[in-house]
Amino acid sequence: MSLPPAFADWFARQGWTPHPHQLALLGAGGDSLLIAPTGGGKTLAGFLPSLVELAEGWKGLHTLYVSPLKALTADISRNLARPVADLNLPIRVEDRTGDTKTSARQRQRTDPPQILLTTPESLALMLSYPEAPKIFGSLRRVVLDELHALAESKRGDQLMLGLARLRSLSPGLIATGLSATVEDPQALADFMGGARVVHADPGPDPDIAMLLTSRPPPWAGAGGRYAVRDVLKAVAEAGTTIIFINTRAQAELFFQALWAENDTNLPIGLHHGSLAREARARVEAAMAAGELRGVVATGSLDLGIDWGDVDLVIQVGAPKNVKRLVQRIGRANHRYNAPSRARMVPANRFEVIECIAALEAVRARDLDGDARGPGPLDVLCQHILLTACAGPFEADALYAEVRTAGPYCGLSRADFDDCLNFTATGGYALRAYDRWQRLMQRGGLWGLRDPRAARDLRMNVGTIVEAEMTKVRWKRGGGLLGEVEESFAASLVPGDTFLTGGQIVRYEALRELVVEVSPSPRKEPKIAVFSGVRMPMSAELSHRVLALIGDPARWEVLPQPTRDWLALQAEVSAVPRPGTLLAETFPHMGRWHLAVYGFAGHNAMQTLGLLLTRAMEAAGLGPLGFSSTDYALLVWSLDPVTDLGPLLDRDSLRAGLGDWLADNAVMKRTFKNVAIISGLIHRNMPGGRRSGKQATFSTDILYDTLRRHDPDHLLLRITAAEAGRGLVDFGRIDEMLDRSPVLDHRRLDRVSPLAAPLMLEMGRVRIEGQGRMRLAEQEAEAMMQAAGLQLTDDPGGFDAPAAAAALPERSRPSRSRTAR
Amino acid sequence: MTGFAFAWQGQSLQMRCSGALWWPAGRWLVVADLHLGKSERMARRGGALLPPYETAETLRRLGDELDALDPAVVISLGDGFDDDAAAGALDADALCALDGMARARDWIWVAGNHDPAPTAPLPGRMLDAVALGGITLRHEPQGDGPDISGHYHPVVRLAGARRRAALIGPQHLILPAFGRYTGGLDAADPALSRWVAGGIAVACVHRALPLPLPAPVRQRGRPLRPLP
Repeated sequence: MSLPPAFADWFARQGWTPHPHQLALLGAGGDSLLIAPTGGGKTLAGFLPSLVELAEGWKGLHTLYVSPLKALTADISRNLARPVADLNLPIRVEDRTGDTKTSARQRQRTDPPQILLTTPESLALMLSYPEAPKIFGSLRRVVLDELHALAESKRGDQLMLGLARLRSLSPGLIATGLSATVEDPQALADFMGGARVVHADPGPDPDIAMLLTSRPPPWAGAGGRYAVRDVLKAVAEAGTTIIFINTRAQAELFFQALWAENDTNLPIGLHHGSLAREARARVEAAMAAGELRGVVATGSLDLGIDWGDVDLVIQVGAPKNVKRLVQRIGRANHRYNAPSRARMVPANRFEVIECIAALEAVRARDLDGDARGPGPLDVLCQHILLTACAGPFEADALYAEVRTAGPYCGLSRADFDDCLNFTATGGYALRAYDRWQRLMQRGGLWGLRDPRAARDLRMNVGTIVEAEMTKVRWKRGGGLLGEVEESFAASLVPGDTFLTGGQIVRYEALRELVVEVSPSPRKEPKIAVFSGVRMPMSAELSHRVLALIGDPARWEVLPQPTRDWLALQAEVSAVPRPGTLLAETFPHMGRWHLAVYGFAGHNAMQTLGLLLTRAMEAAGLGPLGFSSTDYALLVWSLDPVTDLGPLLDRDSLRAGLGDWLADNAVMKRTFKNVAIISGLIHRNMPGGRRSGKQATFSTDILYDTLRRHDPDHLLLRITAAEAGRGLVDFGRIDEMLDRSPVLDHRRLDRVSPLAAPLMLEMGRVRIEGQGRMRLAEQEAEAMMQAAGLQLTDDPGGFDAPAAAAALPERSRPSRSRTAR
Repeated sequence: MTGFAFAWQGQSLQMRCSGALWWPAGRWLVVADLHLGKSERMARRGGALLPPYETAETLRRLGDELDALDPAVVISLGDGFDDDAAAGALDADALCALDGMARARDWIWVAGNHDPAPTAPLPGRMLDAVALGGITLRHEPQGDGPDISGHYHPVVRLAGARRRAALIGPQHLILPAFGRYTGGLDAADPALSRWVAGGIAVACVHRALPLPLPAPVRQRGRPLRPLP
């Protein structure tokens, strides 16, 4: 199909020729999925059919654009403005996100624009209003941007349920998915409910290499600070650079280190999801205006925001995932025919191996990824509740509609009915809520018992469950700086200094759930760690790492410092090799650690972690927690493991598959997310979060209560299925033990080179057992001693307040002075 | 022996690891913030449909303490019910369990902010406050005390988690919530710490563990036991 003359002229005036894939989408009569690299005119390809159709005029909403990021909608809005103005098209383009003003939202409900730009959550919200059939009845097209990113999480499942609803409201609408390069395009097309796959020319191979650094990477560490000068030099030589870092905390630290060395005052900004919205908007605007030479960013910039002339991407820290690396590299150079330029900076010597393995994978165009499972039922529960908010529905019709969504095409009627029952009555064996059902059937239709419940449900739309965050602001006036995790805020005492928003600040007080800080003159923050998102290495990448590490003949591709590092590992302990299971016991930070290098993938190592800690608990070793990576398991405990062999006994490991596996922190963490998404509990209440925490209680309590009284409950089944994806059958553990008949258990006096990177792993799993109880006793006793308080065996011998009151002022813990 | 015995305001008291306070002088057992009927109340108000098992669970734990101590008087220190109507909405099993526990002993429901005047007939007496041994037992601490209260659901951080705790200040003793579906307020929160400055906390874990209040910064780098 060719362009209408006015559009052809406009392309010519820009000096452009339409790409074949743009024309292919224009001619498509049904749903399509476009796979194109960044810079391939992907977005224009998605909108071109709409613009052409709208040139004739249209009353009401015609095209809905959905993207994973609010920032992207603003960006698209800017980019569409030009053709709309140049061609004098009768089109209004507006966005509708969490940032859209209430007045604009109200107007959109009565007078929608021709093109509406939104996110999956805002779409779910709009579909929950009674006016939804009217607003979306005229819809002809839906454009789903960055679909590969949405498909990786439950946001994608929610979006597909929304798309199914839209298809019912406006039969015959055409959906177009836009995606970066993925390993399995057909799976993504199936996810859309079936679509024709259109491939754009992938463009030239990227120019990707390690960044040459003047100093070798350190033995351990995650920040990449050793390379700050080299990174600055690269930024100075390039036009505009994005520096990607894996976690927010590391981004803060690296940004700070960059500015400490930034003698020429290169304008470099910081961008991550925990910054205040205003701060992010400033950086985005400065970047779009070409005022910045560099920006330090986390995944918040992963997606295709058009920054103009980015010509270099620097990845600090191992990429962990080849697909994400390729997508990040694509950010450098939005010109279609030039290769993207990217440099990698491993944070430590182990990561050098990971980076080299990733480089090989990129060159081999070997993308990784896990197949996604069927649509999760907690998302369906939320969808049913929101559907009821829009108006009464018929169960049969909704079931049929849901089955048209790709992820739910195999949904059984029994599962659907369980979800409906859960949303209506809670689905408990004890039918306690027959009087207070949330949904009630009246005249064959299901609807809200109390229409006022709609407000709470709408306030809790979405499938992104993040750690509870606490806002940070300056004590003496001035705006918000950003957010920190609530658990981090709880650990602060006045006087502590920490990094946030790229600055070192001093903690002053917690006032109405906001952390108040003042500027700090300190150079080094006292506390710099706040936990971040775990980044598991993909299985493909870990296989490449294993192949490299396990074969000394291939070490010559490694730089000398890394070879030295492996040689040192061989000297102080051993290098993992086929046929032998290497394990190390060593003390670190007041705890005994056990590292087991199973190289069996994250899920198998996590499962082994759960089973092995049970064996350690039974042996009275006081395990406190563990973390797992694709290649190793790390357990910390109060007492050392001296004889590992018996603990790895298969029969006793297998015995742990029952209760211990159901009663662990992995399950509880999963349950929390499921409980929130399914609508069992509400995160957001009208009037903001309540002050004081006595009103809310931990979902662990709900989990334990359900397990005791209602073990077959739907939410426990969803939890088991979901957590089960992170665990393996015992067969895989068996196989790992079979593969390594020899156990080589080393006792070391300190962390080994190979174990050092394990210390940096996020996603720790707590063990609440005898060890934790012993720890509680030790901690309480140490605190009593530090405070100069003593206990006697005589029950009446301790007169608490009098003893405490007798303490001299300065020996009291500093925290007591915060009391009013 | 899992309790923590201490002297306070001239009285010998014992903090139980269940979160209850045992006062041997008159065989008094004091529990705060049972919040019975919480899930029913939330559902009634159009909120979440929580697993409806917490009342049975709370009464079971209370029953265990009654079996262990055989108190002459049980005092619920307010917020025994999640609201006034919740008392009338208890199921037959819960009412039967309550009747059984209140038989042959005095049972006092102190009024709380959630349940100022329960609407249903309950075993026992309802009072705004109780005076025992020169100490007032009421729902919320007041003035200079001395009083024993609840209301705040205090918790302290210990061994990497939030634990229910009693706070013992010179003039005020604040009990943790006994109910199953209850959250907690950190002992360092000014709303709470202002009542008990200079006191101690007793964390209710597998044992009742005393610790200074508020807790100082956690300590790292403890000495290790050597490898055999």
